Amino acid sequence: MKQIYFDNQSNTKIDENVFKAMKPYFLDYYGNPQSIYSLGSVSKNAVEEARKQVATLINIKPEEIIFTSCATESNNLALKGIADAYKKSGKHIIVSAIEHISILNAARRLEKDGFEITYLPVDKEGNIFEEELKKSLKNDTILVSIQTANPEVGTIQNIKKLVSIVKSQSKALFHTDAVSACGTIPIDAADFGVDALTFSASVMYGPKGAAALYLKKGVKITPQIEGGVQENSKRSGTENVAAIAGFAKACEIAKSEMVKNAEKMRNLRDKLISELPKKIPYIYLNGSKKNRLPGNINFSIEFVEGEALFLLLDAKGIMAASGSACANKNLKISHVLTAMNVDVAVGQGSILFTLSKYNSEEEIDYLIEEFPPVVQKLRDMSPLYSHFLKTGSRMKAGPGTDYDDNDHEHCDICDEK
Amino acid sequence: MAFYSEKVMDHFANPRNVGEIKDADGIGEVGNPICGDMMTFYIKVKDNILEDVKFKTFGCGAAIAVSSMVAEMAKGKTLDEAMQLTNAQVAEALGGLPPNKMHCSNLGAAALHKAIENYKSKGK
Repeated sequence: MKQIYFDNQSNTKIDENVFKAMKPYFLDYYGNPQSIYSLGSVSKNAVEEARKQVATLINIKPEEIIFTSCATESNNLALKGIADAYKKSGKHIIVSAIEHISILNAARRLEKDGFEITYLPVDKEGNIFEEELKKSLKNDTILVSIQTANPEVGTIQNIKKLVSIVKSQSKALFHTDAVSACGTIPIDAADFGVDALTFSASVMYGPKGAAALYLKKGVKITPQIEGGVQENSKRSGTENVAAIAGFAKACEIAKSEMVKNAEKMRNLRDKLISELPKKIPYIYLNGSKKNRLPGNINFSIEFVEGEALFLLLDAKGIMAASGSACANKNLKISHVLTAMNVDVAVGQGSILFTLSKYNSEEEIDYLIEEFPPVVQKLRDMSPLYSHFLKTGSRMKAGPGTDYDDNDHEHCDICDEK
Repeated sequence: MAFYSEKVMDHFANPRNVGEIKDADGIGEVGNPICGDMMTFYIKVKDNILEDVKFKTFGCGAAIAVSSMVAEMAKGKTLDEAMQLTNAQVAEALGGLPPNKMHCSNLGAAALHKAIENYKSKGK
């Protein structure tokens, strides 16, 4: 059976040239970069060359790069590390409501530790309300963290503008989680004017196990992992040399191919966005139509549930994701769709296709062919759909709607009990 | 180790007894789209026996598989026997469910029981 991978926001296939660049550091050059004999020096040089390459991708200086193990670690280091280093100047931090869970959970931890967190709302396409940001800034705001682009709904923020708002009104530092944008669209951290930026190898055809935090020269940070002198003592621990070398190669490849790859992905994306609604009625695009990641397609398919959708797609060799409650480990509908005010009943049918440079037009055509019958199969089973066909009315979910006093007695998971 | 057992996947991909019964003797509906699943069960009763059981379900793979299995297990049983059907029995018949999907089996049994209660409330 065909295997078609449309879940590239969670992880990309590694580029063969990246893999080749990593190989020598497993069996031949296995020295610890901190050792000063020759085998150690080879590893040390690899890490420092990688630092230059990785810095080049986002137009900053090599000494402003802190290597970490993953984006979650970079986000935790940025939030907790900056909060701790600047807590004497203030206790207020602003994050957006649609950040990655590693930002949101780090913020919740800081809240428990006495920081005050503002969660910025977004509009129905996932754009930050600039007015809300302006209103939220206070004298004691020390940090603002807003992602460059949302991996789930694809909406790209105007970071440069948001930074200028923050800088003109406050002393706060600005961090952006640019994981889903870096390596996909050109990102210039210097031009953005941000103080810190997270990016990762694993979603740009690089390996798992290497990511970075850009920290602008002069910005203070309290290490979250203490130990030796690695990464200027800002992040201790033996360097993952092979993964870091792979990350560098991935950045080098991205720099040369990114624009061409993005154009190809945009064309495939737009084909899906225009063709699927012609074949499937009652589906709604989530996220921004205009400022959208090149490979992101996220639809709510009304009257059906997302996990069931992607399981049936999987049986046809197509791998996708969903923001539905049942597809989430915590059995809650995606916080991103919630923040965008997507009707819960409709959002349960969210399906997410994220493309990479390896996807072809044939694969897109195969999806356009195979997806409508899958939707129809589930709709034919759905009591919501038969109700709609019989009455023409939609049962809306949420407070004050058809389901407000409906049966939650058997529901162990919702808050309505 | 797949997330769902083979039995769950079979009942999900090829669900038995999907549909509505036009002149049903009892209808039971549980759940709602906010939680992510909703089931409607239709029963036909003859001589105190469940002659036919059908369902419509909005929900995840487990919810659909549970509905299919409940309908299959309930068919041909007396009303009292069907009322004894527990979510544990349904989950077991499906070769187990992941821990965070156990609530789906509660829903299936509850929807069937509700349909039977609905039939009884009509005082037939």
